[in-house]
Amino acid sequence: MIADIWTIVWKDWKESFAAQGSRRGGLMRLLILVFVFGVFLPLQSGRAWVESPVVLIYWMWVPGFLVTGLVADAIAGERERHTLETLLASRMPDRAILFGKVLAAVGYGLGLTVVSLFLGLVTVNVAYGRSELLLYPPLTVAGGIGLGLLTAGLAASAGVLVSLRAATVRQAAQTLSIATMLVLFVPILALQALQKALPGVSAIEFTAFLETMNWAWVLLGAMGALALIDGILLVAGMARFKRARLILD
Amino acid sequence: MAEMAIRTEALTRDFAGVRAVDSLSLEVPAGIVFGFLGPNGSGKTTTIRLLLGLLEPTRGRAAVLGFDSQTEAAQIRERCGALLEHPGLYERLSAEDNLEFYGRVWRLSPDERRARSRELLTHLGLWERRREAVGTWSRGMKQKLAVARTLLHRPSLIFLDEPTAGLDPVAAAALREDLYELVAREGVTVFLTTHNLAEAEKLCAQVGVIRQGRLLAVGSPNDLRARTGGPRAEVVGRGFSPAVLAELRARPEVANVEAQDGHLSLELRGPVDLAPLTRLLIASGAEIEEVRKGKASLEEVFLTLVEEDQ
Repeated sequence: MIADIWTIVWKDWKESFAAQGSRRGGLMRLLILVFVFGVFLPLQSGRAWVESPVVLIYWMWVPGFLVTGLVADAIAGERERHTLETLLASRMPDRAILFGKVLAAVGYGLGLTVVSLFLGLVTVNVAYGRSELLLYPPLTVAGGIGLGLLTAGLAASAGVLVSLRAATVRQAAQTLSIATMLVLFVPILALQALQKALPGVSAIEFTAFLETMNWAWVLLGAMGALALIDGILLVAGMARFKRARLILD
Repeated sequence: MAEMAIRTEALTRDFAGVRAVDSLSLEVPAGIVFGFLGPNGSGKTTTIRLLLGLLEPTRGRAAVLGFDSQTEAAQIRERCGALLEHPGLYERLSAEDNLEFYGRVWRLSPDERRARSRELLTHLGLWERRREAVGTWSRGMKQKLAVARTLLHRPSLIFLDEPTAGLDPVAAAALREDLYELVAREGVTVFLTTHNLAEAEKLCAQVGVIRQGRLLAVGSPNDLRARTGGPRAEVVGRGFSPAVLAELRARPEVANVEAQDGHLSLELRGPVDLAPLTRLLIASGAEIEEVRKGKASLEEVFLTLVEEDQ
């Protein structure tokens, strides 16, 4: 099973790095992504890139963003390019295909995020270090890796689930974009609604209250919630992955 | 009794009120090339999907290599190879990477993968271009690579769904030739769907004719010819008068006569000496250029079966 999953991961990575039939084109796309997230944005942010806990939002958002771009292609792309049926006609087990697709997307998103964050650290040290070694705080690193993994897992599981029933990559990408918007905006809107619902609490007081919260526990809570959602989506994906229903004519 | 590679019993599949495969009962012996002939939309591809367990039957059952297509589909896919409607190649990857991927899928060792890829690509004349992205290749080359992928893991049974469809005559003939050689060399059972009857005639030991999901006939091409018409004679010449045609039709050894544009087609009852018939034509004043004995082509058999069904 592990070897089968790795076979799918190997193929999906090969395909995504050989974008549009050209390995050089695929490599260029990767370099641009790493440059933007590893050099350009850290230079713009300065020392805050390393020191501010706000960087956690980056750890969360980037893997999801990178995975969403890749995962829409997972099953729908294979269907659109007429490679899915041949793969399904092989001995490859259902779960190996499903987990392989999820793992390929998570590995791609998380891998690029870690590389760009490491590069960001180097960039900030070179540009703003002033002979002092700047490092991400341990909580940021631990929380960031956990959150990054879980948001990448969330995007990958949701993406595969959507991709299972989408006839085209475009259809899958559109559905995923709507889902991503919901994930991004629902918590913000929920916080705003909560503040308005509390009688006699001003926006400033509410913000001050948020600042007093124990963020380590908030982080753990968020990771627990994400892990639960990831699990639910994976189980749903396993339930929906039926060979006989995957070939859409 | 020959071992059966495929056995179906009343296999039926409906799609939203349309019956794609209708009570198909079929036996395909192991070790032969079996041709599944039928016009477009007759249920050939659906039958392959049912046999590979990619679709569930509405009714009936199928056993492939002794495994049930519904409960043991994984075992079937483990032992089969399939070239389906589309080549199913990863066009961004090279030919080498495509075979590497499927070699891993079939759990071939790295040495086996390399040796087998080299052997098949060399045989198909693709070795020199193995590092090119498949998307830049011609359709004929892609189809050859798909054949290589299908045979990579030395399956006992392969399904080929219209392998020469969409190819130009030269590419189709080349692929047919390669297929013929490879299949003979590897000794696999082949389930070949096609609507190219010349292809079936060249490759198949047995054929089944399907129309609107129903099996109309099954047997060797010779059996089908015998079932749908006896031996024939073709006469090329001029001056075939209505009188001599009537005289020919009245003879006991002649089943039917058709004349068209200086071409006389005689359907005969059993092996017949053509000399008396030729003498009769000459005596009636006809000018004969050529007389040849023949048998109905598979195409004629196919058309007869379809017409009878209509």
